[in-house]
Amino acid sequence: MSTYQEFIQQNEDRDGVRFSWNLWPSSRLEATRLVVPVSCLFTPLKERPSLPPVQYEPVLCSRANCKAVLNPLCQVDFRAKIWACNFCFQRNPFPPSYAGISEVNQPAELMPQFSTIEYIVQRGPSAPLIFLYVVDTCLEEEDLQALKESLQMSLSLLPPNALVGLITFGRMVQVHELTCEGIAKSYVFRGTKDLSAKQIQEMLGLTKPAAPGQQGRPVAPQEAAASCRFLQPVHRVDMNLTDLLGELQRDPWPVSQGKRPLRSTGVALSVAVGLLEGAFPNTGARVMLFIGGPPTQGPGMVVGDELKIPIRSWHDIQKDNARHLKKATKYYEALANRSAVNGHSIDIYACALDQTGLLEMKCLSNLTGGHIVMGDSFNTSLFKQTFQRVFSKDYNGDFRMAFGGVMEVKTSREVKVCGAIGPCVSLHSKGSSVSENEMGIGGTNQWKLCSLDPSTTLGVYFEVVNQHNAPVPQGGRGAIQFVTTYQHSNTQKRIRVTTIARNWADAQSQIQHIESSFDQEAAAVLMARLGVFRAESEEGPDVLRWLDRQLIRLCQKFGQFNKEDPASFRLSESLSLYPQFMFHLRRSPFLQVFNNSPDESSYYRHHFVRQDLTQSLIMIQPILYSYSFHGPPEPVLLDSSSILPDRILLMDTFFQLVICHGETIAQWRKAGYQEMPEYENFKQLLQAPLDDAQEILQTRFPMPRYIDTEHGGSQARFLLSKVNPSQTHNNLYAWGQETGAPILTDDVSLQVFMDHLKKLAVSSSS
Amino acid sequence: MASPYGQPQPGYGQPSYAPLDGGYPAPYAPYNGPASAYQPGVPPQGPTRGPPTSAPPPASAPQHYNQYTHSQVDMQNGPPPMTQAPLRPAAAQPYNQGHMNMTGPLASYPQHYGPPPPMQQVTNQMTGMQITSGPPTAAGPGYAPPHSSQPPINTAYTAATQSSYTQGPPPASSAPTQPPPPSGPAASQEYYRGPPPPSQQPFDSSLPPTSQQQLTSSVPPPPSQQTFPPSSFSDPAPRLQAPAVSQPQPPFPTPQPAFPSATPSVSQPGFPGGPTPSAQGSFSPQPTPPSSQPGSFPPPGPPPTSAALGQFITPMAQQQHPPATQPSPYHSGPPPPRAQMPPTSMGQSNHLPPGPQGPPGPPGPPGPMSQPPAQPGMQTGYPPQQNGAFGQVRSPQPGYAGPYPGQPNYGAPAPAPAPAPAAQKRLDPDTIPSPIQVIEDDKAKTTEPFTTGVRGQAPPLVTTTFQVKDQGNASPRFVRCTAYSMPCTSDMAKQSQVPLAAVIKPLATLPPDETPPYVVDHGEAGPVRCNRCKAYMCPYMQFIEGGRRFQCGFCSCVTEVPPQYFQHLDHTGKRVDCYDRPELSLGTYEFLATVDYCKNNKVPEPPAFIFLIDVSYNAVKSGMVNIVCNELKSLLDLLPRENPEMDSVVRVGFVTYNKVLHFYNVKSTLAQPQMLVVSDVSDMFVPLLDGFLVNVNESRQVIESLLEQIPEMFADTRETETVFGPVIQAGLEALKAADCAGKLFVFHTSLPIAEAPGKLKNREDKKLIGTDKEKTQFQPQVGFYNNLAKECVAQGCCVDLFLFPNQYVDVATLGVVPVSTGGSVYKYTYFQAQTDQERFLKDLRRDVQKQVGFDAVMRVRTSTGIRATDFFGSFFMNNTTDVELAGLDCDKAITVEFKHDDKLSEETGALMQCAVLYTSCSGQRRLRIHNMAVNCCSQLADLYRNCETDTIINYFAKYAFRGVANNPTKAVRDTLVNQCAQILACYRKNCASPSSAGQLILPECMKLLPVYLNCVMKSDVLLPGADVSLDDRAYLRQLIGCMDVADTHVFFYPHLLPVMKLESGSLPVALRDSEERLSKGGIYLMETGLHLFLWVGASVQQELLLNIFGTPSFSQIDPNMTSLPVLDNPFSQRLREIIDSFRAQRSRYMKLMVVKQEDRTELIFKHFLVEDKSASGGASYVDFLCHMHKEIRQLLS
Repeated sequence: MSTYQEFIQQNEDRDGVRFSWNLWPSSRLEATRLVVPVSCLFTPLKERPSLPPVQYEPVLCSRANCKAVLNPLCQVDFRAKIWACNFCFQRNPFPPSYAGISEVNQPAELMPQFSTIEYIVQRGPSAPLIFLYVVDTCLEEEDLQALKESLQMSLSLLPPNALVGLITFGRMVQVHELTCEGIAKSYVFRGTKDLSAKQIQEMLGLTKPAAPGQQGRPVAPQEAAASCRFLQPVHRVDMNLTDLLGELQRDPWPVSQGKRPLRSTGVALSVAVGLLEGAFPNTGARVMLFIGGPPTQGPGMVVGDELKIPIRSWHDIQKDNARHLKKATKYYEALANRSAVNGHSIDIYACALDQTGLLEMKCLSNLTGGHIVMGDSFNTSLFKQTFQRVFSKDYNGDFRMAFGGVMEVKTSREVKVCGAIGPCVSLHSKGSSVSENEMGIGGTNQWKLCSLDPSTTLGVYFEVVNQHNAPVPQGGRGAIQFVTTYQHSNTQKRIRVTTIARNWADAQSQIQHIESSFDQEAAAVLMARLGVFRAESEEGPDVLRWLDRQLIRLCQKFGQFNKEDPASFRLSESLSLYPQFMFHLRRSPFLQVFNNSPDESSYYRHHFVRQDLTQSLIMIQPILYSYSFHGPPEPVLLDSSSILPDRILLMDTFFQLVICHGETIAQWRKAGYQEMPEYENFKQLLQAPLDDAQEILQTRFPMPRYIDTEHGGSQARFLLSKVNPSQTHNNLYAWGQETGAPILTDDVSLQVFMDHLKKLAVSSSS
Repeated sequence: MASPYGQPQPGYGQPSYAPLDGGYPAPYAPYNGPASAYQPGVPPQGPTRGPPTSAPPPASAPQHYNQYTHSQVDMQNGPPPMTQAPLRPAAAQPYNQGHMNMTGPLASYPQHYGPPPPMQQVTNQMTGMQITSGPPTAAGPGYAPPHSSQPPINTAYTAATQSSYTQGPPPASSAPTQPPPPSGPAASQEYYRGPPPPSQQPFDSSLPPTSQQQLTSSVPPPPSQQTFPPSSFSDPAPRLQAPAVSQPQPPFPTPQPAFPSATPSVSQPGFPGGPTPSAQGSFSPQPTPPSSQPGSFPPPGPPPTSAALGQFITPMAQQQHPPATQPSPYHSGPPPPRAQMPPTSMGQSNHLPPGPQGPPGPPGPPGPMSQPPAQPGMQTGYPPQQNGAFGQVRSPQPGYAGPYPGQPNYGAPAPAPAPAPAAQKRLDPDTIPSPIQVIEDDKAKTTEPFTTGVRGQAPPLVTTTFQVKDQGNASPRFVRCTAYSMPCTSDMAKQSQVPLAAVIKPLATLPPDETPPYVVDHGEAGPVRCNRCKAYMCPYMQFIEGGRRFQCGFCSCVTEVPPQYFQHLDHTGKRVDCYDRPELSLGTYEFLATVDYCKNNKVPEPPAFIFLIDVSYNAVKSGMVNIVCNELKSLLDLLPRENPEMDSVVRVGFVTYNKVLHFYNVKSTLAQPQMLVVSDVSDMFVPLLDGFLVNVNESRQVIESLLEQIPEMFADTRETETVFGPVIQAGLEALKAADCAGKLFVFHTSLPIAEAPGKLKNREDKKLIGTDKEKTQFQPQVGFYNNLAKECVAQGCCVDLFLFPNQYVDVATLGVVPVSTGGSVYKYTYFQAQTDQERFLKDLRRDVQKQVGFDAVMRVRTSTGIRATDFFGSFFMNNTTDVELAGLDCDKAITVEFKHDDKLSEETGALMQCAVLYTSCSGQRRLRIHNMAVNCCSQLADLYRNCETDTIINYFAKYAFRGVANNPTKAVRDTLVNQCAQILACYRKNCASPSSAGQLILPECMKLLPVYLNCVMKSDVLLPGADVSLDDRAYLRQLIGCMDVADTHVFFYPHLLPVMKLESGSLPVALRDSEERLSKGGIYLMETGLHLFLWVGASVQQELLLNIFGTPSFSQIDPNMTSLPVLDNPFSQRLREIIDSFRAQRSRYMKLMVVKQEDRTELIFKHFLVEDKSASGGASYVDFLCHMHKEIRQLLS
């Protein structure tokens, strides 16, 4: 371990964890002074090809309120066959099966390289995965056709033993029975009526009348059988369902001029949730909602059916002019919570040119770990491939999805957990390691992740609780254990345990060390998550102000400067990029709503709080590659100065992939030089970014919007809106220089931002 | 019970005759049942009597018919009676009536009754004659001859009306019976070759008994006895005794005279009526006799009779003789008939009755008939058996009497005692007005097509087949009035109490030889209407000022003629184009309605039919689901259409349901139907639009696939609960969504107890019957359905309900929507696929196919002076004038009551115009106009002369049946009796010539009012038997509500047809609905409009059985068969033809029920013998007539 860089990288690879600080200040006071909290990005199911799961149960600390898992940090007395818990210091005997243990014969969990280890637990019956399609039929014919094909295709991708169900809705909600031969049978619900779960189950015939003549025992199997009418193993109803989907018609109710189709999304979801709730509580299930427009009737209605009244905009929301917003949001939240309690996740695939109400519905996915995919049409590769990728498989041939995850955090006593930010809900488990100070979803040390995949990443925030006057002994280490139980896609129940430790450092004497242990990338993402989390409930400017203040405080803490002399301000290497991240974060759609619809904002935020560090960074500060005859492709500054006529730029914002041909290149291309054999190199130049883009497209989920444009093209705005506006119509000094393109904006440039930052950092008044 | 039967049966086993004997006992057995005592008596009788009876029975049964046939066929018959006439004065009476009628009809009713001037009176007298012997004679000169015979009777009546009656009939019966003996032999030869002679012999031996037998034979006696005792006539018992004696004698004489009096032609009709009556009469008397007989008569039988009535006695003797003689004459007649089995029997029977006395044979037959009566003396041959049986029976009967007090039936029991003296002698049924006689008279009278041009002309009876020529008034098939001469003032109307009403059947189906109403298209201007009252252009509009204006016949307002409608007038003031325009020359026609007449001013969409099928456990198990689905496949090709060449534009939709509803998407583009389950029954909605209502041809494949699969899908269902309200809501919503009118066909099995709107609970409570709370049982249980009905009507959603209940389903509540929407309710209790399938399918087929109009509004406009004030039927009314019908089919009739609000003038008469605006099955908006003009009179006599009793009964029934939901049933019955009494009393007081107060005088046109009214009073609705469920009553109640006159007629007075002899081309003459008329050796077909019975006597000839059932053995007849086996013999063919033709006449398919004499099912059959006392306590005709007489007398005094 030579540098922190490598250490960080190694830790991430092994444990899927990135801490903001890799040395921890030894007291609460010092910790608060560091501005960026001790926190980490944790990817519970990070793919570890080199980590074969062990086939036995973890050994737990016997203390009732500890239950920590035996790990390499524990002290072991091989002779006495006793181990000491490193969290509560309880001494535990090994279980009988560990009788043969010795220094040379250690179980995997004691080996340092297995700081992350996965157990396969044989407990309880394995429940099949469940996929419940909830399909909007108020679509254009073309869209519906495409969607039908995608759905049919998906059947071949599902695990063969998975249960699958279908609910369609428009003005009415139909729950399709899948077992019937001949006549396709479905249960219909009125799209305007809010039904309780009990009513829904009764109406679907899932509850038998309370035991008149029925003994207690037969009820259960019957119930299962009853629900099976709607949820059937894929291999059995493959044909049926294919036919069913094939015959799916557009919602037949007439839509008169000037009206939106009546879309009962709210009731459809309520029925879906109610169905699963009644039939398969606490089993991994995925509700996949496909919508082509906003809910227009019944509970959860986002907008009325009058086209002359447009769907709410940020403007309306700020003016408190969105009639249905609160009610709908509340409705969907309630649904999301119910769903989360039962361990079912909800995906939203929204494809429409206008908004579809993601703002109101986002919690469905956010709380349950579901995906949100937003596109223009179901008839686009964006949707088709994204949807396909939901069912992608890992190197083992297992689906990259897990269900019913519960992540528990255990800490050594100097540290407490404040909260987590990510696609999870609190399980309200108040352990001894729970801090009273909440950050994100706090007040618990257990979170439920109804659905998670290898890239699902949580931000977990901690608090050092050690008092300043009782310092941690030098050389001591703080430890944190993540215990994640989940249902693997092959229906196995698994427990993954990650135990990590970091050294304590005295902030007074070792501030340099601490500074150098700063992981500015992780810190930027973690701070950004906090910001986004706040943005959900606070006004945008307040969040920005908070972010700014944090940044300034950090700079004041770690910057080297002379008071009142901005020019003297310097930051060490480990913090040098951090302000720039913040600059771009401030401009990002996660915090800026200008130019974004409420739906888009919700969509971006949704993905931001669940992606791993790399992806998150891309979202904060897009990557810009430049292709030219002058050399190999190189990353260039995300700056307007990078926009040059003889270059091809490839920008990856995570959500978009923009290829922008410089002015000259575009002209050449138009002239057809690439067709000429003598300009083979030009052809290759044109091809290079396409190939790279393809590579990104192949791996990214959700698939980004792919934009191929040229300088001056309308789509070039995606690029122009992201680059640092170092040249604008306001600072014409750049004109005439060979310095890229001016951006027509009043936004401040990075330069200005930094100037202000320096000024404020060195100012003694702030 | 069993034991008695058992014994008789042995008899069967024996010779061919055995059947007769056995048969008789068997049939009576039911009666015997009560009297265990009978057994002993019976057995001995059985053996001894066996032979004789057998012989006679055949004779007797046939006899009745024979009489008819004779009259018709054989002149001989006529003459013989003539000769006998003198001998049988008594008999004459009954016949006279018949004759009178017959003749009367020919000339005119008044004429009939002899006294030309007081036509009415005469008729009355005729009827009354019997009652008051003395006066009548005087009154009816013409009748004098008969009177001679009558006198005795009259005397009897005078003494005690009842007694007199009884006397009258008996003679008649005796007479007929006598003739039969002769014929009897003949008949016997064929049927019972051996027996005949013996029968005669036995009779001879005990002549007196024979006569009695006949009387007694008439089964009725026993019943009558029963009725009497309980009935108002407290004295019945005594009467019976007395009459018994007298009766036998009189009957004989009377019948004969009747014959003579009646001209041949006349006689025929008369005979039918007469003879039967006579026969019956004899029976009825018998009953009485029996009672008496048991006492002293048997041996003294003859003497006593004579003693009782000197006159009679003589006749008796004479008769007896005549019989012997007669036989020969008759024989001659009969023989030929004999050749033809049926006819012979008929003839015989006829003869026999006359011959009764002499020929034991006749008595024999009667004996069987009236075994109970078979009093010792009377029934020689049979007597023993019968007598024994009867005697015993009677004893038990008294017991019955107790249980069923006759009095309850009548408002006032008291009267009974009064007649005590009379009681001694019972009325002879043959002497009282006979419906059959009247019907036959009318048939004979009607030879010409009925032209509607003459104002105030009463049409032929509904039982008569006739052709109608529309010459300005609506055909009686569309409109029938209670009175064709309305009183000018309300005072008159009030005084007479005759209801002024019209029964309108706006879309009635016309026979193929009559042209359907013309459709008039006035283009965009629409029909021409009066400016003030909005009456439509019709023949009553008077064009004035050279044709530029017209004056409304209803309100006298003068309206400009629209320019495009102008036409010049000819010299008579008629428009030149008068005969080119249906609306100026016809009583019935249609206008094409313009868009102004459409809902929302929008041309209506074609209607839709939605089939909603219960698929709960019961429905599946009973096979209903399977049947419906199977049937629908072919039925969909038969949807109504106006042009047979075209495909129907009616769209169809399907729903199944139990606790939840299943809608089906059968869009033509689908490979398979889709089922949409709606469980949210509390808030019904239609889950789909496109694909629910489809064109049959386009979606045929899918629909067939659906219908194939529905039974399979629910084959294993275990759901027993059903909903009902949401089902109709679903259909309604579907129609709303499609923005069209239509009809729902709901196939439902059980009380809707599942949690849903319109949920019901079982509230049937037999204890409430007879209490003031009884009415609540006819009211809907919840208000939900009333509101739903209102919504349905607003949308033009007509609901037809097919019920398949296994228990109480609350028809009163479930029927609310169908009734309010102009729909029908069909009920198949304990539905079993095997036996009820045919009936249900036929009903369904017809219901689907029949012409129907939707979203209809009917408005009846009348000339100033009267006003339509009340409406009865299946419809809904939002205001007091517009009758709204979501659906109106060709079987629905609406009874409209009129009241005066001013004076009418004799000159202009009273006009009414019924306009029905409806959407035809092709989606065309039309107006059907029926115009009707009747006379107005200032003389009550005119009113009474131009009444139609059948229509009055229709009104009364509907009025009463509606009333039971708001008033105690008893009050309703009392009201009926009172009104009837007032009508008759008013006549007596104002129109009849003075006569003794003891004389019952009935208007000719209303002489059947008592008997029919009694039938109404005895209906299950007004007088439920112990086994009649609330559902049945409610069902009948709503069913009657929309019946037309023909339907109510046959419903209240079933059509009873002897089918021993059948000729192609003509039907045998019907019999009166009394057990006395049935012969043990006969087979009878009875039609009630809802049921069809084939009653098989226990002693029916093997050959006949072979012909009909294909089995020679009575015991091998399967009582569960619902259709006769198809046998290749003329008789079987003809019988089936007749059955088919009966069915074709009725809107509902009548299931055939084979009733074997003495079988369990006979009780059901007997319920429809409406002239007899009913098991539930209803009075017999005779009793009721007496009661009515008493009421009238009270009113008059």
